[in-house]
Amino acid sequence: MTEIKASTGPRYARILSVGSATPSRVIDNEYLLQFIDSSDEWITQRTGIRERRWIDEGESIETLSLEAARTAIERSGVPVDQIDAVILSTISHYHQTPALAPKLADALGIPDAAAYDISAACAGFSYGLAQAEGMVRSGQARHVLVIAGETISEITDLTDRGTAFLFGDGAGAVVVGPSETNGIGPVVWGSDGSQSGAIWQTKGWQEAVAEGTWPRLGMDGRAVFKWATSFIAQAAKKAMDEAGITPDQLDVFIPHQANDRITDTLLRYLKLPESVVVARTIRQLGNNSAATIPMAMDALLSSGEAKSGQTALIIGFGAGLVYAGQVITLP
Amino acid sequence: MATTEEIRAQLAELVNDVAGVPVEDVQLDKSFVDDLDVDSLAMVEILVGCEEKFGVTIPDEESKNLKTVGDAVAYIEAHS
Repeated sequence: MTEIKASTGPRYARILSVGSATPSRVIDNEYLLQFIDSSDEWITQRTGIRERRWIDEGESIETLSLEAARTAIERSGVPVDQIDAVILSTISHYHQTPALAPKLADALGIPDAAAYDISAACAGFSYGLAQAEGMVRSGQARHVLVIAGETISEITDLTDRGTAFLFGDGAGAVVVGPSETNGIGPVVWGSDGSQSGAIWQTKGWQEAVAEGTWPRLGMDGRAVFKWATSFIAQAAKKAMDEAGITPDQLDVFIPHQANDRITDTLLRYLKLPESVVVARTIRQLGNNSAATIPMAMDALLSSGEAKSGQTALIIGFGAGLVYAGQVITLP
Repeated sequence: MATTEEIRAQLAELVNDVAGVPVEDVQLDKSFVDDLDVDSLAMVEILVGCEEKFGVTIPDEESKNLKTVGDAVAYIEAHS
């Protein structure tokens, strides 16, 4: 048999840098009360969300993704011609083909990169990171740019008093590359398609076009809350176990920012010490779907609450249902 | 088999843990929502906690009938 050469790569990978972008329009809870029968207190108590950012004219998933990616590339110091792959995670690029990632790669001056979009909702960043880690360590790419960009405001149902206040727009990006020490633990991931009705696009495009309507995002909040506070808590624990990390070795916890109350429950289940810095960006940014984790990572590092080299647990979970989590070293 | 009082006491600890309600307030005649100020999300957590703690399954359609602490204790007694 003819021998086929296999790709080989470095032993370890890590996140070299992170960047993020938030749109300019600040939407507080009061603003939403013109559409739904609710109150600032009700929204804050049940979600922690006080305000969120939505895109304004001239802003889009493309502009946000580019801004986040430019920052991440600049901070990494990696020349663009050494980035061999660009992965965009999104569920809010409403133009199915071509994928947005090749266009972003071109706009960023990254020549001839493998580039594609993935759809794993709020778990999308961790899905992309798992792929990037595998690509770097197998030698399939020297560096990988993982971008998560979302403009969920465009499919938010402003008349749904269960979801109108949840979502914000934004983007986050990381550059993943080779490392002397391991900076990305084993991914714990999976899906449960039997719960595909827990978070869903209200209409398929064909049906929506035929009706002349625009699909929205629907959610069975109770089902998602139950899943997140039971199954996802166990998955988060498993991600720590598989990385060989105990709660006292953890510095930072960045769960997907779906709801502050879910974060509270995860903390109780994981029994993390009070010294662990916990991401609460949902309070100002809302739920940014796939973009939440890198946005929160950048916010915590920029504010000084978290520091480069610290050990963090990240876990994303959402529509699918899908989930993915890893222990990482912060860039 | 645990007694009604033992189940109530364990449930009270759970309600305290999830919603911060003093354990002595969690009595059989109390309504979760009206008396103990437990909101819908906390109620989901309490019921998930019951499933783990008492080894019972509480289907969603059943959970809306569990309005008082006594309702929950009776359900657990009947199904554990």
